Amino acid sequence: MVERNPSPAVEASLTALAVSLRGVTKVYDNGVMALGPFDLAVRKGEFISLLGPSGCGKSTVLRLIAELSAPSSGTVRVARHEGVPQPGHGIGFVFQEPTLMPWANVRENVRLPLKLGGVPKAEGRARADAALASVGLADFADSFPRELSGGMKMRVSLARALVTDPDILLMDEPFAALDEITRFRLNNDLLALWRSLRKTVIFVTHSVFESVYLSQRVVVMTARPGRIQADIRIETVEPRGEEFRTSAAYSDYCRRVSAALAPSYSEQSTL
Amino acid sequence: MSAQAPVPAKSSHAQRALRLVLPVIVFAAGLLAWELVVRIREIPPYVLPAPSIIVLTLIKDWAVLSQSLATTLATTLEGFVAASIGGIALALLFNQSKWVEYSLFPYAIVLQVTPVIAIAPLLLIYLEQQTAVVVCAFIVAFFPVLSNTTLGLNSVDRNLAGLFQLYGASKPQTLRFLKLPAALPYILGGLRIAGGLSLIGAVVAEIAAGTAGAGSGLAYRIAESGYRLNIPRMFAALLLLSLAGIVIYGVLALVSHLVLRRWHESALGKEN
Repeated sequence: MVERNPSPAVEASLTALAVSLRGVTKVYDNGVMALGPFDLAVRKGEFISLLGPSGCGKSTVLRLIAELSAPSSGTVRVARHEGVPQPGHGIGFVFQEPTLMPWANVRENVRLPLKLGGVPKAEGRARADAALASVGLADFADSFPRELSGGMKMRVSLARALVTDPDILLMDEPFAALDEITRFRLNNDLLALWRSLRKTVIFVTHSVFESVYLSQRVVVMTARPGRIQADIRIETVEPRGEEFRTSAAYSDYCRRVSAALAPSYSEQSTL
Repeated sequence: MSAQAPVPAKSSHAQRALRLVLPVIVFAAGLLAWELVVRIREIPPYVLPAPSIIVLTLIKDWAVLSQSLATTLATTLEGFVAASIGGIALALLFNQSKWVEYSLFPYAIVLQVTPVIAIAPLLLIYLEQQTAVVVCAFIVAFFPVLSNTTLGLNSVDRNLAGLFQLYGASKPQTLRFLKLPAALPYILGGLRIAGGLSLIGAVVAEIAAGTAGAGSGLAYRIAESGYRLNIPRMFAALLLLSLAGIVIYGVLALVSHLVLRRWHESALGKEN
């Protein structure tokens, strides 16, 4: 299902990398250094989490990868999308808020990236419906966002990110605003999607448990300016399911990640 | 935007009925008191006409008054349309170019804060009377459309804007699919204010133009009847103006509700 045990050679070869950041810094207009210097290499098909305290530049990393923002120094490289060019250049973005257009129904919201990319209407609708089906919302295509629950809105947002069939999925604390039970369900659904679609996922979160449960690698960041504090590989029996959440290995990893995270929030003076 | 008190879910039907019935009762009681005072104290109509006489005058003078009503409504409509198109167009221009906004916005404010009653006599010198009246209505009504549309265009969700950027949306696409729909509730709010204001602008200009002659709008009728001590007709004309204002507001509020009812908070029912 998912290839394991990457040799160092594979890890080093640039062709197998989906994303690489080298010596990247980001300084805001007001002079605050938000990030860096920061190095990160993400292999194709990998699921990694960026974990860190508020304001450590996790979201900035995603915005840099999506080219919504330019680095102050250093290089950001994203593997080119192979095959038919797609809107978004092979990147799908899920924000913390569902970020849906309230004036458009669910189908039109999901179709938006295709509409902006000039995909014909009929094809766009068919693909939007397929994306909605993949997140279990096939019956809600004609609903309006306000008629959906928080978890359902998040699924719509995920469907919209998937509709362009991106290679890389960037997720910025997507489930942070949801209740824990809804979040667990969406975690499992996301894992199932990742296994079947084999996307590269970069998942920003401030939840230790979520990062350990979901990802193959947890990258722990320091307080601002964000640098890498620890890079912890989570190895367990795949595919993961609810039994992993209650296993001893899981709590072990949570302990390790928490320990790595501790200096970042104890040294933080303001919050 | 609209200041509506939240209606509690319980006994909301009774509450709603009360909200309709109470003003009607107050209105009827007021009219009755007015009528009684006039009759008992035998106040002559040229001092204070009774409501019954006002209604009779309205019927008797309907030919003249309806003509005037049509004139005033036409002026109001022209001013309103000009203000809507002008306000939205200028706001779009501002949104496309900061330089244009910086250069012109102060003058829009100057136009707004200078009382129109003071501008009207000047306009009447330089413009034909009918044009001057429409321009007055435009000046009064234009600013709320401009400022509301500007506000709306700037209120776009930051993440949605990022999403459009990520998917390489062109400027026209961003305007059409993101900024205009996001601004729509604000624009409609501006139009709702502009409707009433263009009526005020038209009335002010008609009164300013009154002595100049040829005007025949409702405000002109009020001024004219005043000179002739035809007080019942003054009241009748005032009644028509007031009704016109209510209808204009009602129509615009209805349009706003119909356009937004599928999605916007301001148009949603209490079940949400």
